[in-house]
Amino acid sequence: MLKVDSIERGIVLDHIKAGKAMQIYEYLNLDELDCSIAIIKNVKSNKMGLKDIIKVNDNIDINLDVLGYIDPNITVNIVENNVIVGKKRLELPQKICNVVQCKNPRCITSIEPGLDHIFKLANKEKRLYRCIYCEDEAKTR
Amino acid sequence: MKDLIDPIDLSVEDVDTILKLAGKIMADRPAYAHVCDGKKLATLFYEPSTRTRLSFEAAMLELGGSILGFHSADSSSATKGESIADTARIVEKYADIIAMRHPKEGAPLVAAMHVDIPVINAGDGGHNHPTQTLTDLLTIHETMHRLDNVTVGLCGDLKFGRTVHSLIKAMSRYENVRFVLISPDELRIPDYIKEEVLLANNIPFEEVEQMEDVMPSLDILYMTRVQRERFFNEADYIRLKDSYILDHTKLLNAKEDLKIMHPLPRVNEIAKEVDNDPRAVYFKQAEYGKFVRMALIMWLLGLDK
Repeated sequence: MLKVDSIERGIVLDHIKAGKAMQIYEYLNLDELDCSIAIIKNVKSNKMGLKDIIKVNDNIDINLDVLGYIDPNITVNIVENNVIVGKKRLELPQKICNVVQCKNPRCITSIEPGLDHIFKLANKEKRLYRCIYCEDEAKTR
Repeated sequence: MKDLIDPIDLSVEDVDTILKLAGKIMADRPAYAHVCDGKKLATLFYEPSTRTRLSFEAAMLELGGSILGFHSADSSSATKGESIADTARIVEKYADIIAMRHPKEGAPLVAAMHVDIPVINAGDGGHNHPTQTLTDLLTIHETMHRLDNVTVGLCGDLKFGRTVHSLIKAMSRYENVRFVLISPDELRIPDYIKEEVLLANNIPFEEVEQMEDVMPSLDILYMTRVQRERFFNEADYIRLKDSYILDHTKLLNAKEDLKIMHPLPRVNEIAKEVDNDPRAVYFKQAEYGKFVRMALIMWLLGLDK
C-alpha cells in the first residue's frame, strides 16, 4: 500500500470525490505554491468507497467558496504540530466570482474581457448556479 | 430600488405603485408636465429600436425633462473600444437617469453596477425587457381593470419570445391566473419556464397547437410573430404559418370583451381587418408604454411623492 507522510502544519482536504483532486488542485491554484503538496487518488474509504485527498504542507488561505462550489462534502482539516486542530464545514456559496466562465456567446462577458464572471446560487437542491448577467447556467464543475 | 434590470426585481407592490401612478398621469397629463424640469434622460441604444427609444424619449419630454444619447453602437465610443462601465461612468456626469438597450445580455446590469444614477434596461438581447412587461401589465390593468382572475392566451413563438417569458413570470404572481400556451411544437415554452415558474407555483396552464378550440376561454390573447427562420424545415413553416395568423374568422368564438395584445412590430400575424375590432388593444398598448415609462422615470428618480 502507498504510504504518504502526515503533514506537520497545513491543510488536508479529505473526502474529495474520487478523480476530482486534480480539478481542485487547479481551481485553488495550488501549482503556484512552493510548499510540499500531496495529491492522493483513489484511497479506500468506508463512507465513499474511493476518495481523493490533498495535503498541503503550509497554512495557506483556502478559497472555501471555490471548494464549496465544486463539492460541499469535502472536509477541510487544519493541522498544527501533526495534529488536526480544526475542521471547516463547507456550504454552497451564494455567489462565486471568477471561478467558472460564462459560456453564453450572447452574454456581455463574451465581449468585455475586463468583467468579473459572477454566478449566483439559483437552486440549492440542484446546486444550480446562474450567471448574474445573462442567467445562463454554470456549465462546468 | 435604484435600477430596473429584470421585471421580477419589482415586487407586486412596486408594480402596483407604478401602474397607479401611470393611471394618475393619464387622467391629468398637464399636472405632470413639469415634474422632470431640469432632469436629463440618457438613452444609450447600442442597437436600433424605434418604438422603445421613442417611447422613452416621449415619456421624458412629456414630463418636462430633456434627453441626450446615441442610437446605435456606431455612433458611440464603443467603436473605440470603450467598456460599458466607462461609458456609463461618463454619462453619469451628464444625465440623471439612463435607459440602455444593448444586443448583449446583462449589459444594462454592468452599467447599473458602476453608477449611482438609476439605470433602466430597455432590452438586453433576447434576455429581459422590463418596460415592455410593465407596458403589458398596464394594458391589462387599464383594459380589464384587474390583473387577477384572468385567462391569458399566449400565441406564436413562445420559445424565443422574451416578452412572453417575462409576462408569464409577472402575471404568475397574481391570484387565479391561468395560461393557455398556443404554439407549434417547435416553438413551445422552454422547460425551465414551465418547471421553475408554472409548475413550481401551481399555476394552471395548457399547451395547444391550434387557437380556435381555446379561443372561447380567453380573456386576453397575446400574439407574437412566428418567424420563418425559427423552423427546422420549410414544410413545417408552410403547414403552420396560417395557424398563427389572427383574423376575423378565428375570432368568431372569442369573448365579447377579449383583449388582443401584441408587443409590436406586427408583420402579418394579425390581419389588418382585426385593427378595427374593438377588442384589439395593441396600438393602445403602445401608448400605455409611454405612460408607464413616465411613471417609472418618476418613481426611480423619487419624484412620485
